[in-house]
Amino acid sequence: MSKKADFVKFDKVDKSYDGKVLVVKDLNLDIEEGEFVTMLGPSGSGKTTCLMMLAGFETPTNGEIFLDNNPISNIPPHKRGIGMVFQNYALFPHMTVFENLAFPLKVRKMSQEDIEKKVDKALSMVSLGGFANRMPGQLSGGQQQRVAVARALVFDPSVVLMDEPLGALDKNLRESMQYEIKHIHESIGVTVVYVTHDQGEALTMSNRIAVFNDGKVQQLSSPDKLYEEPVNSFVAEFIGENNTFGGEVSEISNGTCKVKLEKGEIIANPISVKSVGEKTTVSIRPERALINPKDKMDNNQKGKIEEVIYHGDHTRVRLNLLGNSEFILKVPNSSQNLDIKLGNEINIGWNSHDARALDPK
Amino acid sequence: MSSETGKILTTDGIPLEESLKQAEKKNKIKAFLLVAPLLLFLIITYMIPIGDMFSRSIDDKMVTNMLPKTYKAMENWDGKELPSEEVFEAFYLDYKILVKNKTAGKLQTQLNYEKNGFKSVLKKLARKQKKFEEGNYKEQIMKVHKRWRNVEYWRAIKRRAPSYTYSKYLKGVDMYSNEDGKIVQVSEDRRIHRILWIRTVEVAFFVTLFCFLMAYPIAHLLATLPMKYSNLLMICVLLPFWTSLLVRTASWMILLQQQGIVNDFFVWTGLVADDNRPEMMYNKTGTYVAMTQILLPFMVLPLYSVMKTISPSLMRAGKSLGATPAVAFFKVYFPLTIPGIGAGCLLVFILAIGYYITPALVGGASGTLISNQIAYHMKSTLDWSFASAMGLMLLTGVLAIYWIYNKLVGVDNIKLG
Repeated sequence: MSKKADFVKFDKVDKSYDGKVLVVKDLNLDIEEGEFVTMLGPSGSGKTTCLMMLAGFETPTNGEIFLDNNPISNIPPHKRGIGMVFQNYALFPHMTVFENLAFPLKVRKMSQEDIEKKVDKALSMVSLGGFANRMPGQLSGGQQQRVAVARALVFDPSVVLMDEPLGALDKNLRESMQYEIKHIHESIGVTVVYVTHDQGEALTMSNRIAVFNDGKVQQLSSPDKLYEEPVNSFVAEFIGENNTFGGEVSEISNGTCKVKLEKGEIIANPISVKSVGEKTTVSIRPERALINPKDKMDNNQKGKIEEVIYHGDHTRVRLNLLGNSEFILKVPNSSQNLDIKLGNEINIGWNSHDARALDPK
Repeated sequence: MSSETGKILTTDGIPLEESLKQAEKKNKIKAFLLVAPLLLFLIITYMIPIGDMFSRSIDDKMVTNMLPKTYKAMENWDGKELPSEEVFEAFYLDYKILVKNKTAGKLQTQLNYEKNGFKSVLKKLARKQKKFEEGNYKEQIMKVHKRWRNVEYWRAIKRRAPSYTYSKYLKGVDMYSNEDGKIVQVSEDRRIHRILWIRTVEVAFFVTLFCFLMAYPIAHLLATLPMKYSNLLMICVLLPFWTSLLVRTASWMILLQQQGIVNDFFVWTGLVADDNRPEMMYNKTGTYVAMTQILLPFMVLPLYSVMKTISPSLMRAGKSLGATPAVAFFKVYFPLTIPGIGAGCLLVFILAIGYYITPALVGGASGTLISNQIAYHMKSTLDWSFASAMGLMLLTGVLAIYWIYNKLVGVDNIKLG
C-alpha cells in the first residue's frame, strides 16, 4: 500500500473571526500519510486555528480541507475520527484512567472484551500498565499527558492532532516525552499534526515543519533544511540563533553576491535577492563563523569581544563586528587555547555559502 | 535519646509537639479573636432564640403553676375513680386564689382545650364557691355541677400536671393524645396541618425543579459566553436580586391577576376567552411562578460558579473522541456540574420550604405554606408555643434534608462559589 502524499490537504483555506482580519491566509498544505508534521510559529500566527479547523471546532471561512480526498468542512467533529491531544490534557476528571480510555470505544459501541483489550494495549504503549483504576487527579503531569496521548490513539484514528501537549511540563519531562511521542509515532505509523511554539520540540520530533507567521506558512521543510537553509529572514530569525547584517547588494554573479554594509562589505549567498541595489538582510548561524580559521574562508573580519558567557559545553561570545555589536559566536568547550578575553580583537571567518542574503527585515 | 522515648525533641530539648503548640498559640488566639464577634453574634441571635423557641414549644407550666396544691394532692390518685376529698379541697383552694386574682379565665381556656365544656363548669364554680362552707368540699363541688362527678374532667386536670408537654408537636401533625393517653389522629375534617406540610414540600420540590430547569441553560450560557455578554447577562440575573422582594411579588400580582397583563395577552392572542380568564393568582400557580422567579438566582449562581471551572476543552475532547454533542454533554459535562446542582437545589429547596412573604401575598387559600400558618399563630391566635413547635419541626426537616444530602452526595461536594 503506497502512502498518499496528500492524505490531509488544506486547499486555499482562509479563516477570519470578525470579518476584518484574516487569521489564516490562503493556506495550502499537504500532509503525507504517516507523517509527523509540526506547525510552528509565534502565538497568534494562526497555527492553532488551523488545527481547530482540521479537528472541526472551527470552520474555514473560505477554501476546503480534505481528509483522504474527502472534503470535511461539513462533517461534525465527532464523525471525523481524528484523535486529539489538548494543551491541558482535557482528561475527564470524574472518570478513571480506564474509563477515560474506554470512552471513545464505548461511544463506538465496542464489546466490553474488545474495549478491555484495546485499553490495556494503549496503556502499556505509554507504559502506564498499572494505572487503569487511578483518577486523573492522582496522576502527575507527565502521566496525565501520557494518558491523553493513549486516549487519542486508542480508537485507531487515521490522524492525531496535538495542540502544544507538552506546554505544561517541566523541561526534563518535556524532553523525555518528546522522544516518547516520537517513538510511538514511529511504531504505529499514524499521521500526526503537532502544534507548538517551541522550536526545539519541533526540530526534535518532526518529519517536516511548517513555520507559521502572520497567518501564512513561511516555509515547509524538514528540520535540517529549515535550520540550515531558511528561505526568508523570519524563518532564519525564528529558528535557532542568527547573526544578521542589513545592507544593499552591490554586485551579483553566479552563486555569490557582495553586500555593502554601513561599515565594510561581505560576500554572501544570494537566496532571495536578484539584482544589484536591492536591500537585503544577511543571516549567518553563530556556529558557522569561526575564530582564527585554519582553512581559507572568503569572509575574514576583525571583531572586538564585548561579552563572554560560559555555558558549560560551549562559550558564547558577543562581538562588535562590522558595526554590529550583537554578533554572537558559539565556541565549543575544548582544550584549544583561544584568546577569548574581554576587549581582545580576534579574527573571524566564514564561508560565503553560509551567509544567506535574504529579504530585508 | 529522643528515639527511645518515641518523642522528637527540638535542639533545646523541648518535645517538638509542645514547641509547635507554643509557636502556633499566638496564631490560634488571633484566629479565635477574629471569629469571636461572629460567634457571639450567632449565639445571641441564633442559638439563644432557638433554645428559647424549643423551651416555649414544650412549656406547659402555666396550668401546673396555677394549681400547685391540686397537683400535689393528685400525686397519689390513680385516676380510675373520683379523687378523694383531699384533692377536692386542694382544687377549691387553688381555684379560689385564681378567682380572687382574676386569672381564672386562663385556666378555663386551657382546661377547655383538654376537655370540651370545661369552661362553663369552671365558670359556674367560680360563681358558686363564694358561698361554700368549710369542710366536705367534695360534696359541695359535686353539687355545683353534675360534671364534677364525671371522672373524665378530673383526668383532664391531671393530664396537665407535667410542666412539659409534646402535645404541640402532635397538633402540628394533626394528632393529639386522647383521654386514655393514646396518640390518635384528629377527625378528618380538622386535619389542616398535614395538608400544609405536604403542600409545602410539594411546592418546595417543584419550585426547585423549575428553578433547576431554567437556571441550567442560563448558567451554561453565562459560563461560556465571552466576557462582555456574560457580564450583561449576569446583571440581568442579579437585577431582580437587588430589587425588593415585596416589589417583585407585587409586580407578579399585577401581571398575574385576572385582569392582569398576562391574562390580557392570552385573551389578545385568542388563547383563552375573555369571559373565561384563568386564575393564576391566589392559588398554587401564583406561588409557583413568583417563587421560581424569586429563587432563580440562588440556583444560577452555584451552577455558574461550577460551570466556570469546567474547561471547554473537555467537551471538545468528548466530541473529538467520537461522542455526539448530546452524549458528550451527558457523559462529560453534566456529571461535572453535579456539585453545583446539589448546592443549588439544596439552597433553593431549603429557602422555598420556609418561604413566607410570597405565598402570603399571591398564594391565596390554596397556595399558603406552613410558614404562613406559623405566622398566623404568632400574630393572630398568639399561640406562640404552637408556632414555636411548628418552627422547630420545619427546622428539623431542613436539617434532615441536609443530613440525607450529606449521606447521598456528600456536603464537601457542594460548591457555592
